[in-house]
Amino acid sequence: MKQDEVPQDQSAAFEGQKKPLYVLDKDGHYTTELSSGWDAEEVVLDQAIALFAAQCEDARQRVEQKLCASLEYHMYQRRMDLTVLAQSTGFFKWQIKRHMKPQIFSHLSPKKLARYQEALGMSAAELQAMPDKD
Amino acid sequence: MTAIEFDHRQTAHCESGAMSALLRHNGLDISEPMVFGIANALTFAYLPFVKISGMPMIAYRMPPGRLIKGFASRLGVTMQFERFRDAEQGMLALNRHLDQGRPVGLQASVYWLPYFPQDMRFHFNAHNLVAYGYEDETYRLSDPTFEHPVNSDYQALKKARFVKGMLAPKGLIYYPTSIPENPDLPQAIRKAIKGSVNMMLRTPLPIIGVSGIRYVAKKFRAMGATHEQKESHNKLVIGHMVRMQEEIGTGGAGFRFLYASFLQEAAGLLDCPKLEAASQQFTDTGDEWRRFALFSAKMLKGRMALDYDKLADQLLVIADSEAASFRQLQQAI
Repeated sequence: MKQDEVPQDQSAAFEGQKKPLYVLDKDGHYTTELSSGWDAEEVVLDQAIALFAAQCEDARQRVEQKLCASLEYHMYQRRMDLTVLAQSTGFFKWQIKRHMKPQIFSHLSPKKLARYQEALGMSAAELQAMPDKD
Repeated sequence: MTAIEFDHRQTAHCESGAMSALLRHNGLDISEPMVFGIANALTFAYLPFVKISGMPMIAYRMPPGRLIKGFASRLGVTMQFERFRDAEQGMLALNRHLDQGRPVGLQASVYWLPYFPQDMRFHFNAHNLVAYGYEDETYRLSDPTFEHPVNSDYQALKKARFVKGMLAPKGLIYYPTSIPENPDLPQAIRKAIKGSVNMMLRTPLPIIGVSGIRYVAKKFRAMGATHEQKESHNKLVIGHMVRMQEEIGTGGAGFRFLYASFLQEAAGLLDCPKLEAASQQFTDTGDEWRRFALFSAKMLKGRMALDYDKLADQLLVIADSEAASFRQLQQAI
């Protein structure tokens, strides 16, 4: 890539930040040039963000219908999945699935709840509740 | 309160950036591409058994941590690594280093670092940065992926350093304890290039190196047959691959431009025009990777018909170009 070909597509995700790319200057020497974003990159980033948002919204609806506990919503809200939550709490996936049942989650022991608090960075009260719709 | 003069520079990749910054602070002025190249950091690997959010791992560089260790052992730099069982102890140890005037490298989770833009925050636990000061509960950090130095409060930094899970940092602190005065760069470069040639052309596994790229091309072609049932999943796989290639930290084209820059610098140091030619070939390879990303994005957006064969063909163009680059390197060294 040449220095004057560096995309400057003002990616919203960068929040005004820029990142350096290694490019050739007009004399054919390598240098770095800052890019404010590239549309192609933003497409795939948006795709990943949209997936988390959809999972979050899906979980919210199931919490409202009492089909799952708020834990599932908070997991997606923190951009985790079952695998990441299992790794960061030390629970097995089947244990987490069980904890995601509303009756079981509302009676979870403080000790187990503390492991979720630690992994998700939330207080017990926050974990048990749902945020207001914005 | 501590005040260490630290020369913050933004780099493309966090690990080579943190390492070159620590070396520079300790008297060895070496560029990011040089660190990356000498460490043998470039690769291609398709690892379907390692899943990231349900997607197969596609790596364009060696696993986290290998770059620092690889560079250090090749150049005879001694590194000190410290990990901690207890988070409070890990924070105290960091303070002690800073009190002694020593900037140190840290491993941390991207998700929990407070200064990351919201949309850039994912659960990647092997991010690298340098801590060079603190005042009360605020830490001064030189994060190589940012233009300017940044701050973090105590709690957030503790959380980011002691997050559990895949690639858990366990509070890792690292710094060089001895650096050779006149390191033999030409020899290190030759050995590193040989190592990379072997990995990319001769690894006897179909999922590593140039054959790994061809393997992924085959996978993409096969996805065409499942388009009816699995369109959304297939699209996620395509997007995932491009994200690994272009997202912050690669310097563009899955580190290929960074590597081309290394080869050009090496050509000058070794006075070897063949390396300069190989560098140009690598730039072309990088451009082909960018084209692959562009096609993919257009197809995901619906600006171009979703054509798995076209993507697979482009991957084969890349594989051929990359094979040619490494054969050129083999002859140059």
